[in-house]
Amino acid sequence: MSDDQDFRRKPLTDPEVEIRRLSRRGFLWSGVSIAAGYAGYRLLNGAPKQGGLPVPFRKALEWNEAVWSSLQSEMLPAPTFPIEQAREPKVNGGLGMSDAFDPSAWTLRVEGLRGLSSPLHLSMEDIRVLPFTRICTEFKCVEGWSQIVSWGGVKLSDFMRKFALTGESNRYVYLETPDAGYYVGIDIKTALHPQTLLAYEMNLQPLAVEHGGPLRLITALKYGYKSLKRIGLLRFCDERPRDYWAENQYDFYAGH
Amino acid sequence: MKTLQTKHPLAIRWFHWVNFPVLALMVWSGLKIYRAYDVYRIGFGSWTLFRFDKEFLSHLGITQGLAVGMAWHFLFGWIFAINGALYVGYLTVSGAWRQILPNRSSLKEAWQVVLHDLRIRKEPLPKAKFNGAQKIAYTGVVLLGFIALASGLAIYKPVQLAFLLFVFGGYQGARFVHFWVCMLFVLFFVVHIVQVARAGWNNFRSMITGREIVIEEQPNV
Repeated sequence: MSDDQDFRRKPLTDPEVEIRRLSRRGFLWSGVSIAAGYAGYRLLNGAPKQGGLPVPFRKALEWNEAVWSSLQSEMLPAPTFPIEQAREPKVNGGLGMSDAFDPSAWTLRVEGLRGLSSPLHLSMEDIRVLPFTRICTEFKCVEGWSQIVSWGGVKLSDFMRKFALTGESNRYVYLETPDAGYYVGIDIKTALHPQTLLAYEMNLQPLAVEHGGPLRLITALKYGYKSLKRIGLLRFCDERPRDYWAENQYDFYAGH
Repeated sequence: MKTLQTKHPLAIRWFHWVNFPVLALMVWSGLKIYRAYDVYRIGFGSWTLFRFDKEFLSHLGITQGLAVGMAWHFLFGWIFAINGALYVGYLTVSGAWRQILPNRSSLKEAWQVVLHDLRIRKEPLPKAKFNGAQKIAYTGVVLLGFIALASGLAIYKPVQLAFLLFVFGGYQGARFVHFWVCMLFVLFFVVHIVQVARAGWNNFRSMITGREIVIEEQPNV
């Protein structure tokens, strides 16, 4: 497809013959491209799956994570709102929220935190004495709806500082509901972020059971599916932990 | 006398044909994502003419699959953005932007094109590579691509790109803009297909071969 000849001045061949030659070549290319595109589509969709997603898509999500997390050295705070704008968020999904649950008998089990010799079993009284923080941020569901909500509780970073005896931190945090029906992993940067709370208050009221009471995770830096309700187990670890939605086609990072 | 003339450079043809399937995948995967929270409609206040709801999307073959939609969207979004950036870069460097940027007479000319195409106006259209309506459409669609990318990034990284989110009026504002930009892309596509069909084979072929046959009058000597 050289553009060096000026056909306008001096037609070297019959234009109709020439365009037919170019068309043949062009449409042959088109055919090959369409076939290649279709083959690529089959290859993408047919690839072995990882977490329910064909590997190339999983790799793309991990690539996106690497790009976007490298663009900020210090994690920015999520925008905050006046508390008057806070409303009740939708109660979405019942995973890990089995009916047989007695909040008064609830305790939090903590494992694996560096400097912690044996697992902790904490009651709400143990958690309430820790420094209190309230944030009012926009809660964003992966489905697309969002709601400004105020949350109160203890920063996960304050919690860790209270119980960890060394300055060295683990790489991940794993959280699980008491029935183990729902579980989530978050990276340590998110865990240490000042807008990541173990929350027991919502919109100035005690956290209701359907919203994850007595104690839930709240992170303003990720989709709602990372903010596990009704925490039964908090485990600190160095390997990327399992994660319910990351096993079911969604992104592990889910970072904002 | 029939002559063969260069119409679309190779680069433009590449950008065009890469964009077509990629944009189609972006619309498809994007609608899969919007299906999970199907709030958009045509209407005003309590009066609704049409809802882009799950039922309607199912008729189009947009099935449930939020996670799959996101996976495709965040992979092919790269290709859409890179291809678009290269296209704009090429337009800038080559000077081809002058051919599609509307000028003072474009709006008036575009109106004449509309009247002509609806067979209301009989006079022939001025001879140029792109008429006023095309200039407005082709520059508009580049702008649309830019807004699609910016609003999409705002939804994608609402904390890291909080300034972008602010520009679009918050999270729901950015989602709203992104959705309607998508609909405008679809509208552009429909009009484009109709116009390409009307313009005929010689014109369509030029987007593949780069050349078109032009019938020139013999100069009077």
